[in-house]
Amino acid sequence: MHDTSAQAVQHHAPTSFIRKHVFSLDHKVIGKQYYALALAAALIGMVLSWIMRIHLGWTNAAIPGLQTLSPNGAPGGVLTPEYYLQLMTMHGTIMVFFVLTTAPFAAFGNYFLPIQVGAEDMPFPRFNMMSFWVTFVAFFVLVSSFFLGDGPTLGGWTQYAPLNAIGSSTGPGQGLGVVLWMTSIALFCIGQLLGSLNFITTTLDLRVRGMSLMRLPLSAWAWFITSCMGLTAFSVLMPACILVILDHVAGTSFFVASGLVLNDQVVPHSGGSTLLWQHLFWFFGHPEVYIAIVPGIGIVSHILIANMRKQMLSQRVLIYCMGALAVLSYMVYGHHMFVSGMNPISALAFSFPTLVITIPATITVLIWVFSLYGSRLRINSASLFALGFISMFVSGGVSGFFLAQPSIDIMLHATTFVVGHFHMVMGVAAMFGIFAGTYFWFPKMSGRMMNETLGKVHFWLSFVGTYCIFMPFHYLGLVGNIRRYATFADDFLQPLIPVHRLITIAALITGAAQLVFVYNLIHSRFWGKPAPDNPWEATSLEWSTATPPPWDNFGGKHPVVYHDPYQYGVQSSVGDYVMQASPEQVKTDHEEK
Amino acid sequence: MATTVHNPPHLDPRRAPGHGNGGGGNLVPADGDGRLALDYSPPPSSTAIWVVLFAISMMFAAFTSALVVRKGSSMDWRTFKLPSILFFNTLVLFASSVTLEVSRRRIASFMGHIQEHIKSPARWLYVTLCLGVLFVVGQYVAWSQLRAEGLYLATNPSSSFFYVLTVTHALHVLGGLGGLVYVIRKLGKASLRRSTLDATARYWHFMDLLWLYLLLLLWVKL
Amino acid sequence: MGKFFAITILVIAILSAIPIVMHTWEAPTDISTHGHLIDEQMSETMAEAGISFLAAQFLLAFFVWQFSNRGTETKLKSFPGGAKALVIAALLVVGVEVLALGVFGVKAWADVYLTPPSADAMPIQVQAGQFAFYFRYPGPDGKFGPLHPERINEGSQEFFGLDKEHDVDSRDDIVTAEMAVPVNKEIHLLMHAKDVGHSFFVRELRVQQDFVPGLDVSLHFTATKVGRYEIVCTQLCGLGHYNMRAYLDVLSNDDFNEWMKKETAMQ
Repeated sequence: MHDTSAQAVQHHAPTSFIRKHVFSLDHKVIGKQYYALALAAALIGMVLSWIMRIHLGWTNAAIPGLQTLSPNGAPGGVLTPEYYLQLMTMHGTIMVFFVLTTAPFAAFGNYFLPIQVGAEDMPFPRFNMMSFWVTFVAFFVLVSSFFLGDGPTLGGWTQYAPLNAIGSSTGPGQGLGVVLWMTSIALFCIGQLLGSLNFITTTLDLRVRGMSLMRLPLSAWAWFITSCMGLTAFSVLMPACILVILDHVAGTSFFVASGLVLNDQVVPHSGGSTLLWQHLFWFFGHPEVYIAIVPGIGIVSHILIANMRKQMLSQRVLIYCMGALAVLSYMVYGHHMFVSGMNPISALAFSFPTLVITIPATITVLIWVFSLYGSRLRINSASLFALGFISMFVSGGVSGFFLAQPSIDIMLHATTFVVGHFHMVMGVAAMFGIFAGTYFWFPKMSGRMMNETLGKVHFWLSFVGTYCIFMPFHYLGLVGNIRRYATFADDFLQPLIPVHRLITIAALITGAAQLVFVYNLIHSRFWGKPAPDNPWEATSLEWSTATPPPWDNFGGKHPVVYHDPYQYGVQSSVGDYVMQASPEQVKTDHEEK
Repeated sequence: MATTVHNPPHLDPRRAPGHGNGGGGNLVPADGDGRLALDYSPPPSSTAIWVVLFAISMMFAAFTSALVVRKGSSMDWRTFKLPSILFFNTLVLFASSVTLEVSRRRIASFMGHIQEHIKSPARWLYVTLCLGVLFVVGQYVAWSQLRAEGLYLATNPSSSFFYVLTVTHALHVLGGLGGLVYVIRKLGKASLRRSTLDATARYWHFMDLLWLYLLLLLWVKL
Repeated sequence: MGKFFAITILVIAILSAIPIVMHTWEAPTDISTHGHLIDEQMSETMAEAGISFLAAQFLLAFFVWQFSNRGTETKLKSFPGGAKALVIAALLVVGVEVLALGVFGVKAWADVYLTPPSADAMPIQVQAGQFAFYFRYPGPDGKFGPLHPERINEGSQEFFGLDKEHDVDSRDDIVTAEMAVPVNKEIHLLMHAKDVGHSFFVRELRVQQDFVPGLDVSLHFTATKVGRYEIVCTQLCGLGHYNMRAYLDVLSNDDFNEWMKKETAMQ
């Protein structure tokens, strides 16, 4: 065994079932476990959104079976306002944490980062395994709150103080429901920190010979940058959650001010700071949404290049843009707090970096779009979702122009305009990134091809469907439709209900389309056409190993990297590309860096 | 639990001059671009420990900002005198850093073949371990002293932060003790890597520095 | 299929723009003195956002149409100017555009938040609590009496926890469930949170501000048109959040004095 592998190979090939599939140290198994967790979470989150949407369109609709899950929350299957808020909270929490952080970063990153740098595994496989199981327990803790007597917390995924800290007198689910939420998220943070540890050390220390930093594929860069963000963000959210738990169980008063009265009783806590929670939460919360999108940016770039048969106009600029997004993401968080009561001058101070962050985002989009010029674009499920990502990223990003300005935010804060904005960038674009990654990498992970026809059906229904769902949210917000309302009781909201019904119908159809995807995944896993080692004629290291890769990724041999990651448009012995690990010298149009 | 080691543990080949861990290493790449040969990757443990220390710092930064904001948000902050045993504990922790450094250098020279044989390479590690345990016990005494004065977790925001900060720190020190035990075991089996030893030492010294910072913060703010 | 994708994007982009261009859904009439600055800012931003949106989607559609599914023999081309041209374009066009928006938007923000209320603004206190707004006028003495949280009792309609027996200033305070203001009179709104976070939003007035438990924030505004407007809560405060509202009545001076007399009599 080569000496440089001594550090990486912490384990031998597993033999027992438990070691192979359950408590596995293999980053590939861990990646698949994360993917399965994200998939389960996404399905639960999606069903929650269906229930929410049906209720918003038809307030008195009875949802069959819901009364079994919660006789108090949905008597006769009709949602009470509190139960709507509880489902909404769980929808947001599950989607943001257990889908959008888990799939693009933890699932694909764990599987492919070590392979893309040429390593046999991550340097700390035991911590890696722990990171998955801690995340799994976190999910379990969160979902268990559904089964509490008064249900899960209703305070939204943002859990503002003092609603999050006072206790059950503020509403159903606000006692133990909040404690479980905070515990779950604190555990999630720990899991992700352990993951970031492995990602960073893998990228910096385990690159194989010839793999300089600039030769890393864009997806690897994206995972590396994301893990740096996670390191900074999750380590701030976790202490905040701990302080809230203490306010609940230990009688402290970090977040609850004095003299508050609920149900005619003065609340015993005193002296706490309401805004402190918002600062701590959004310091995490804004980078979190970039954690959700940056892996998608890397994955989409990676997939587009392979399908354009051409490099991006500048790989280096894309890397700098991802880095700029990461750095700026810490300076903008106050744009969630413009009307929060914080110093209005701070609002201006946060507004400018928020406007400036448009620039790297724009450069990224321009590079993608103008790299298409002169390419030989292949259309398949993966590339369609990648192209769809670009369209969605533009749509979602453009509504950010409005929200970045405090004066306009006066009219748009807490309206469905915000909901439309973040669903387009996260709920759609980031999801498209996950889908693109799945269609692209499924052959490598499972050894079988996915069904292309079903993939295209999935794409078209999802692309058109999500536009039909989320574009109208912006118009509704412009006219003043407030968010987080369980029912539309105000006079000025009545004329908007027909629009909500159309949205609901679009949501249900789009949701059904996702079942096509799930069917495709499962069917292809067992009965898909066997996949060759390099079905896309791609160049990065994951395609130079077997399909699926052996337990130590490269079968005992260490690749040596001779080329930049995206040598397409060349004439080589295999076609119009040369693989990174191939020693073949070729003539290229573009300068290798 | 071996106290004499007959064979020196492996010298991490990547620490020897002239070896790369990847990146460019000493490979001249296909296009003749010499820049790649400059890339050198350190052993993962040393990168890892910086990652860990950074995350821990961010967490205490969050607690610090919470303390500052909470103190300023209301008139109910009551300062109190820090238990005097804290200063003794600080000396103990500092001493443990010294003993750890002594131990680390001895073992490093042994592993680097500068010294062929040392008696009981783990001795000073055990001393460090004992001092570390003494520190945690001392912190427990400090908490008991505060409780005796009627200052509990929820008594006042100032006492809340005192407990939160010192308990969190103590838990991380316990983690460091676990790391020391791991190093001692590995040394006994002659399978200790230099990078592991250095990383553990770095963590421990950071706990010391972090404690000094917390003490200063509490002394100024409380 | 690439061409089909291009067409789909074009159709979606155009359909998305139609409701905006047709002004199908817009904010209601502005009844404030500062609102026109916000509305202008909104129009500017809409124009720039709209152009950026359409341009980006069209370009994406165009290039996908032109360059998808071309034969393997076709030559690859690179966009002239390369990345450098794009970076410069982004910095110049988008950078200048967004910074201009930011700079011009400062005045709209400053008018609402960075200017103090005038000395003769009428003070009104609003208290937000699960799930209603209540208002308090200082009465002829112009002073608000102190609040006593422990005296709050919804059942006996003691919403603010006033102690009229012992606090002289409280005796003439007027507590109402609706907020009436005289037209064209500047109001200084003092915002107090009773329990958890809430928010005050009147669309026509172009004001939105969170209540912060433990921090008494304030707003000032002048209503310019007589009418009845909804005040809605926009920060999630519990199960009744969707139903938490009050009404703002902007009245002529005479009507306002009438209203005040009636409310005083009902205390």
